[in-house]
Amino acid sequence: MGYASKSPWVIHYDGSSCNGCDIEVLATLCPGFDGERFGVVNTGNPKHADIFLVTGSVNEQNIDVVREIYDQMIEPKVVVACGICACTGGIFRDCYNVIGGVDNAIPVDVYAPGCAVRPETLIDAIVQGVAVLDEKAAALKSAGKAR
Amino acid sequence: MEFFEGILIPIIASVAFAIAAPIVGCLLAGIDRVLSARMQGRVGPPLLQPYYDVRKLLAKERVSVNTVQGAYVVCALVFACLAGGIFFSGGNLLMCVFVITLSSLFLIMAAWSSRSPYAEVGAARETLQVMAYEPMVLLFAVAFYMATAAILPAGGMGSFDVSAAFLLDIPVVAYAWPAFLGLLFILTIKLRKSPFDLSMSHHAHQEIVRGLTTEMSGSTLALVEVLHWCENVLFLGWVGIFFVWGAWYSVIIAIVVALAVYFLEILIDNNFARVKWQFMLKSAWAVALVGGGVNIAVLAFL
Amino acid sequence: MQIIGFLIVFPLIAALALLLIRHNAARNAIVYVSAAAIAAGSIALAVGYLGAPTTYFEFSSGLIDHLCTAISCLCVVVIVAFAVRYRNIFAGVLALVQIAAVLHVEFWYASEMEVALGLYVDPFTVIMVLIIGIIGSGICVYALGYMEDFQAHQSEGAKDRRPTFFALMFVFLSAMFAIVTCNNLSWIFTAWEVTTLCSFLLIGYTKTEEAIANAFRQIIMNLAGGIGFIVALLFCATQVGTLSLADLIQTGIENPQVVAIPITFLAFAGITKAAQMPFQTWLLGAMVAPTPTSALLHSSTMVKAGVFLLVKLAPLFLLNPVVSVMVMLVGGVTFLLCSFMAISQSNAKRVLAYSTIANLGLITMCAGVGTPEAVWAAIFLIVFHAIAKSLLFLCVGTAEHHIGSRDIEDMDLLFERMPRLARLMMLGIMCMFIAPFGMLVAKWAALVSFVDMDQVALILILAFGSAATFMFWAKWLGKLAGIAGQPKNVELTVHASEWIATMLMAFLLVFACVAIPAISAYLVEPYIVETYGFLGQAIAIDNLLIASLAVVVVVIALFTGLGRSKARQVDVYLSGVSRDNGERAFQNSLSGQTVATARNWYMDDIFGEARIAPVGVVFNSVIIGCAVVLALVGVTLV
Repeated sequence: MGYASKSPWVIHYDGSSCNGCDIEVLATLCPGFDGERFGVVNTGNPKHADIFLVTGSVNEQNIDVVREIYDQMIEPKVVVACGICACTGGIFRDCYNVIGGVDNAIPVDVYAPGCAVRPETLIDAIVQGVAVLDEKAAALKSAGKAR
Repeated sequence: MEFFEGILIPIIASVAFAIAAPIVGCLLAGIDRVLSARMQGRVGPPLLQPYYDVRKLLAKERVSVNTVQGAYVVCALVFACLAGGIFFSGGNLLMCVFVITLSSLFLIMAAWSSRSPYAEVGAARETLQVMAYEPMVLLFAVAFYMATAAILPAGGMGSFDVSAAFLLDIPVVAYAWPAFLGLLFILTIKLRKSPFDLSMSHHAHQEIVRGLTTEMSGSTLALVEVLHWCENVLFLGWVGIFFVWGAWYSVIIAIVVALAVYFLEILIDNNFARVKWQFMLKSAWAVALVGGGVNIAVLAFL
Repeated sequence: MQIIGFLIVFPLIAALALLLIRHNAARNAIVYVSAAAIAAGSIALAVGYLGAPTTYFEFSSGLIDHLCTAISCLCVVVIVAFAVRYRNIFAGVLALVQIAAVLHVEFWYASEMEVALGLYVDPFTVIMVLIIGIIGSGICVYALGYMEDFQAHQSEGAKDRRPTFFALMFVFLSAMFAIVTCNNLSWIFTAWEVTTLCSFLLIGYTKTEEAIANAFRQIIMNLAGGIGFIVALLFCATQVGTLSLADLIQTGIENPQVVAIPITFLAFAGITKAAQMPFQTWLLGAMVAPTPTSALLHSSTMVKAGVFLLVKLAPLFLLNPVVSVMVMLVGGVTFLLCSFMAISQSNAKRVLAYSTIANLGLITMCAGVGTPEAVWAAIFLIVFHAIAKSLLFLCVGTAEHHIGSRDIEDMDLLFERMPRLARLMMLGIMCMFIAPFGMLVAKWAALVSFVDMDQVALILILAFGSAATFMFWAKWLGKLAGIAGQPKNVELTVHASEWIATMLMAFLLVFACVAIPAISAYLVEPYIVETYGFLGQAIAIDNLLIASLAVVVVVIALFTGLGRSKARQVDVYLSGVSRDNGERAFQNSLSGQTVATARNWYMDDIFGEARIAPVGVVFNSVIIGCAVVLALVGVTLV
C-alpha cells in the first residue's frame, strides 16, 4: 500500500439533494463512525483534498461548481458519488433543471448507493476509493520517472 | 578556532535539529491527534498518521499558484531549524526568538504572495497573532535573563544563553513563574490551538478554507506541516528551559513538564471555541503586561 | 582638516553653481560630479581617520564667528520675511526672540570665549560623515530623475524652480557636515539654524496652501528648539565657561551638576529636531514636500542632527538623572505611540514618517540611558535607519510616479509590475524590522542595555513597540509580495539616476548588514572606548556573525531564489466558479459577478491617531516641562 491510501483527505460538495446524504457524510466523520480511524480528514479546500465526495445530483446551476472543484484538486484524486442522487440523479432525475448523476460532469471512480447513503457504505466507498488513489499515485510516479 | 566554533556549533546543531525535530514533532502531532480523538469519544487515527499525511502530500503532483511561494516556505523552514539549532545548542535565547520571528514572516509572505482572498485573510490574521504574542515572547527572554542573574552564585550579570540554565542551583521557574504562566498563555497562539487558532486551524469546522495554507498544496503543504512540528518542539523547549538546573535529572523533569504542558494545550484546544481577534490581542497583551511586566519589575528591584 | 573644509565649503560652491546655471543638462552634470566628489571626500576622510583616536584641529578665527552670527541673522531675516508675507505672527515673534538671543550671546560672551580647537574628527563623526556624504549625495542624484518627472506633472507654464531646490539640497549637506565636525557650539548652532531654514524652504517648495502651513509648523517648532539651543549656549557661557562641545562633555563628566541646565536645553533642542512627541507633527507635515526632500530630512540629515547631538551628550545623561529620565521617557513614549499609530496609516509616506519618528524615539531612549551598550545600539540604529529609510523613500517616490499613488493599498502586485523595485522595497522593509538585519540587531543591543540597567519601563516599551512595528511592516510587505497574472511591467521608464541611487542604497544596506562585526570593531567600538574608557558591547561576536550569515541567506533567497519554481501554475481558490481568476472575480450565488477585494488591517479604533496622539503630546509635554523646571531649580535626584 502506498501512502496515498493511508491519508485520504476528503472534500465534500452537496448538489441537488434533500440533504440526507449530506448529513450522513458528516456523521461518518463524527465519533459514532470515526472516519479518522482511516486517516480521513474533512478539508474545506480542493487543493488539500484527495477524495471528492459528491452528494446530490448535478443541475444546470451547480455543474460548473462541481467541475471547478474537481479541476482544482491535485493529482492523484478520486471522486466518490455518494447516494443514489449523485449516482444517477435519483428522485430528482426528472426535474426540469437536473442533468443527472455526477458522472455527467466529472469522471466518477466509486459509486456508493443508498437513500440516504449509510456511513458504513461511505466508509466502504472511501476504502475502495483509496485503492484507486494508490493506483493513480503509482501511475503518476512512473509517469514522473518516465519524464 | 574559537572564532569558528561560535558559528559552527549552531549550524551543526541546526542540522541535527532539522533531522531530530521532525521525528519528535511528528510523534507529538500523532499523540495530539489520538488524544484529541479520545477526548471527543473517538478512537482516532494511528499514532503515525501525521507521517502518513506528509508522505502522501510529498507524493502529490507539484503545482503552485506562483513561482515564489515554495521558496518562501523553504526559507521559513530553514530559519525555524536555525532557531531550533541555536536554542538546543545552548545559544542566545533572544537570537532564537528573533530568528523564529523571521521564520513566521516568511510563512506570512508565502501566504500573501498567492493573492488568494482566503490566504490573505489568513496572512493578516497571522500577522496579528505575531503582534499579539511577540511582547510576551520578548519578556520571557528578558525574564530568563534576569532570573539567571538572580540565581547565579556570582551575582550581578545574568545570561541570555540557554546553556546558562545548567549552571543554576535552582530552576529559573522559581523566580520567573509569572513569566512562565504568561508564556503558557501565548503558547496556545504559537501552537495554533483553539481558541487562538485564527490564522490556520487544525480543524475543518473552524477554518476559512485553512487560512495561511489555502493556496499551498502537495510538497509545499508538507513542508508547512514539518515546519509546524519543528516549531512545536522548539516551543516546548522554551517551556522546558524553565525547569532546568545543574542536576542531570532536571532534564527529565523539564521533558515531563513540557509534555504535561502539551497535554494541557490539547485539553484547551478541545474545550474552547475560537475567539475574536480583539479578545486575543487584548488578552495576550494584558497577560504580557501583567505576567511579564510584573515579573521583570520584581526581578529588577530584587 | 583640509578634507573637512572641502566637505563644508564644496557643497556651498556646488549650490551656488546650481543656482546660477539653469540649464538642465548642465545641472545634471553638476549634480553628478558634485555628489561623486562629496561622496569621495567623505570616504577619503573615513579612510584617513579610520582607527585614529579623536583628532582636534586648532582652528579659530573671529572672522568665522562673525560670519556665523551673520548667517544666523540672515536665516532669521529670511524667516521674518516669510512670516510677514504669509502673515504668520508666531513664527515672526519666535524668530525675533531668537535673533535677540543670538546677538546677546555673540556680543556679550562669545567674543571673549575663544574655542581654540574649532574642528574635530572622531569615529562617530566619521560614521556621520559617511552617512551624510554617501546617502545624502545619493539622494541628490536620485532627485535629478525624480524632479524631472515632478516638473512634468506640474501644470503648463509653471515656473521651473529646480535650481533653488538643488541648491538647497547641497546647502543642507554642507550644514550637516558642519554640525558633525565643529567643536565650537556657536558654529554648530549656526549650522543647526541653516538646516532648519533649508528644510523650511524645501517643505514649502510646492507653495500650495498645505505646504506653506506645514512649512510654518516646521519652522515654529524648530525655532523653539533653536531658542532652546541658544539658551543652552547662554548657560554654557555663564555657568560652564566654555563654548566647546568637548570641554562641555569633559566638565560634565567631572562635575555633572554644573552642566545640568545647558544639557537639559540642548536635549530639548535635540528632541525638537528629532521630531519627538510633542513635536512629531512637523515631520509628518514635511511629507507634502517632493520625496527627495522627505528622504533627505528623514534619513541622513535634519532629524539625524537631533539624535547626533543627543548621542553625543549620552555620557552626560548617564550622570544627570533628571535629564536622563526626560530623554528616556520622551523617546520611549514616542517610540511606542508612533509605532502604534503607524498601524493605522495607509499612506506609504505617512507610515514611513511614523516609523522614522518611532525609530528616532528608540535612538533617543538609548541616548537617555547613556551606557556604552546603549550608545553602541544608538549608533547602529542611526546607521541602519539612515540607509534603510533612504532606500524606502526612494522606492516609494519612484513607485508613486509610476503607479500614480503613494497609498499602500494601491501597491498590489508591485512585485509583478515593478519587479526590481518591489524587491528593493522589500529589502528595505525587512531591514527595518526583522532579524537578522541591522535595525533588529541594534534593537536587540538596545534591549540588552535596558535589561542591564533594570529599566523595566523601557523594556516593556520596547517589547510592545516592536510587536506593533512587526504588524505595520509585515502587512505592507505582504501587500508587495502579492503575485497574480501578468500585469504590465511599468518599470522600464524609470530614470537611470533613480536606479543608480536606489541600487546604491540597496548595496549599502546589504553591505552594512553583513559588515556589522567590522563596523562595530573599527568605528563604533573605538568611539565607545574613547568616550567611556572601556568597551560595552551587548551582543557577542558569534551572534553578530550568525546574523551576517543569515543576511546573506535572506538576500540570496530574495534576489535569486524567487521566481524559479517549475511547478505547474494553477489558479487561486475562490470557493465556487471563477469568472476571471487573475482579477479574483467569481460567480456569486445570484449568478452575478463579484470581485474579491481585501484591504489591510488598520485597526483605527484601537491604534487611530485621534486616540493616541493626544496622550503622547500631553505626557511628553509634561515630562519636558517638569525636567526643565527641575533643572532650572537646580534639583538633581542624585
